[in-house]
Amino acid sequence: MQHRSDKQPSLRGAEEPPLVKWLLISIALGFCFVFLLIPLANVFVQALSKGLVYWANALAEPDSLAAIRLTLLVAAISVPLNVLFGLAAAWAIAKFEFPAKTLLITLIDLPFCVSPVVAGLTFVVLFGLQGLLGPWLEAHGLKIIFAVPGIVLASIFVTFPFVARELIPVMQATGSEQEQAALTLGANGWQTFWHVTLPSVKWGLLYGIILCNARAMGEFGAVSVVSGHIAGKTDTMPLRVEKLYNEYDAAAAFAVASLLVLLALFPLAVKILIEWRQGRREV
Amino acid sequence: MADKKYNALPGFGLTMGFTLFYLSAIVLIPLAALVCRALALSWAEFWRLATTPRALAGYRLSLETSLLAAAANALFGSLLAWVLVRYRFPGRRLIDAIVDFPFALPTAVAGLTLASLFADNGWLGRCLAPLGIKGAFTPLGIVIALTFVGLPFAVRTLQPVLENLEREVEEAAATLGAGRLRTFVSVIAPVLMPAVLTGFALAFARAIGEYGSVVFISGNLPFKTEIAPVLIVTRLEEYDYAGAIAIAVVLLVFSFLLLAGINLLGQWASRFER
Repeated sequence: MQHRSDKQPSLRGAEEPPLVKWLLISIALGFCFVFLLIPLANVFVQALSKGLVYWANALAEPDSLAAIRLTLLVAAISVPLNVLFGLAAAWAIAKFEFPAKTLLITLIDLPFCVSPVVAGLTFVVLFGLQGLLGPWLEAHGLKIIFAVPGIVLASIFVTFPFVARELIPVMQATGSEQEQAALTLGANGWQTFWHVTLPSVKWGLLYGIILCNARAMGEFGAVSVVSGHIAGKTDTMPLRVEKLYNEYDAAAAFAVASLLVLLALFPLAVKILIEWRQGRREV
Repeated sequence: MADKKYNALPGFGLTMGFTLFYLSAIVLIPLAALVCRALALSWAEFWRLATTPRALAGYRLSLETSLLAAAANALFGSLLAWVLVRYRFPGRRLIDAIVDFPFALPTAVAGLTLASLFADNGWLGRCLAPLGIKGAFTPLGIVIALTFVGLPFAVRTLQPVLENLEREVEEAAATLGAGRLRTFVSVIAPVLMPAVLTGFALAFARAIGEYGSVVFISGNLPFKTEIAPVLIVTRLEEYDYAGAIAIAVVLLVFSFLLLAGINLLGQWASRFER
């Protein structure tokens, strides 16, 4: 789009009257203010409504600390696995031709369309006590549902497509000529991937990781179904938020929520700042 | 992608194998297990569980609120995309950046903060109360939460299409005597329609399954403000697995149909590509 009419200011008749233009801008700004900025600001205002000490104490409670640890653990397992999958799937789909490619892409998209509650339920059906593998698991002393492995599985399911979805179009757009050249010059497969492919997709990869991480930390529906809500053991941060809210401790609920927002949005904010400094446009 | 006859790149077997294994283990086998369990029910039993009056009320509420939210997203999302692409104004880059954050904001936090804002004593609920409008714990609250989570879909689907639009065509329309409104209706809108519809469908698909943000703001009263995903959780908490599975399968089938519809829309949209 850069090479076209952006530079020439004369777009006669192809612009709205100034009144319409500023009206549209005002509506857009007002909508963003009410629907995006106020809800975000509200999290922090409510979190600090009883003061900084109350905020810190709410977070330092043993059950909250356990929830923070569990959320970080879940993200630390599910994000790298989905990154590995995203890289493998994007490599196979973007660099090679094979039959039923569209079907494979659709299947990768599937978790986006499945309700998180249904996602959680599938794991209960598979691994729960009354589930298909439940009796076998119990006989061997393994616990997946109402335990950490179930939470990790549910988080992986809902964040499954994020990295792959960001990487596939970027890898398709760059093509494979550069990799072919690297191989001709004597690089092996790993070197080609590491020095040629990875640098060319790093922004897409970073964005995928940020979204995947945010969703893994913040997932509520799927995790709620498989977790069993055992305080200090299987409560993640979003579940802890719900529990505090139901106990009518809104300030504490918002305190945990505010930390969750910082963990989920901070990487996104950093990425946006880096992009602004480099003058790149958002993809 | 140009050279397909001779592809010297290594790793197809490894990456494809891992992709299929991981996809099966995480997504396909669990979903198949759910469908298997539903098939174990007799058809009459399944039908009875899936169409209890409470379940029907849940589907209906889910559909209505999701349609309204998706429509609101299509409207405001298109407006936002238009303003972001076409106009230069202070704060544009900030708006462009924060459009994404319903994607990244944990849904439970979204539900919590919206519920507190639209409660009768909340910042926004207080403004609505004199008008006789109740935000939180009503179907309107559900629509608000679903609009929040679906907004980025509508904006981000339309934005690239708008950016690639040829401005010259609009100039030509103006030269030929069309007013700005006429140009918009007969020249611009038809090209944007597939993207707007795709954004609508994506936001709708997300809204139908949404749980985290709704559960805080809706109040979850059976027959009044209980959406279908919330009913699944209620059934599970009652240890009524068959009931939960029956409703889940209905939602799942609906998701598949939507996904198929979105793919068809994508093919329709690409007919404009050069």
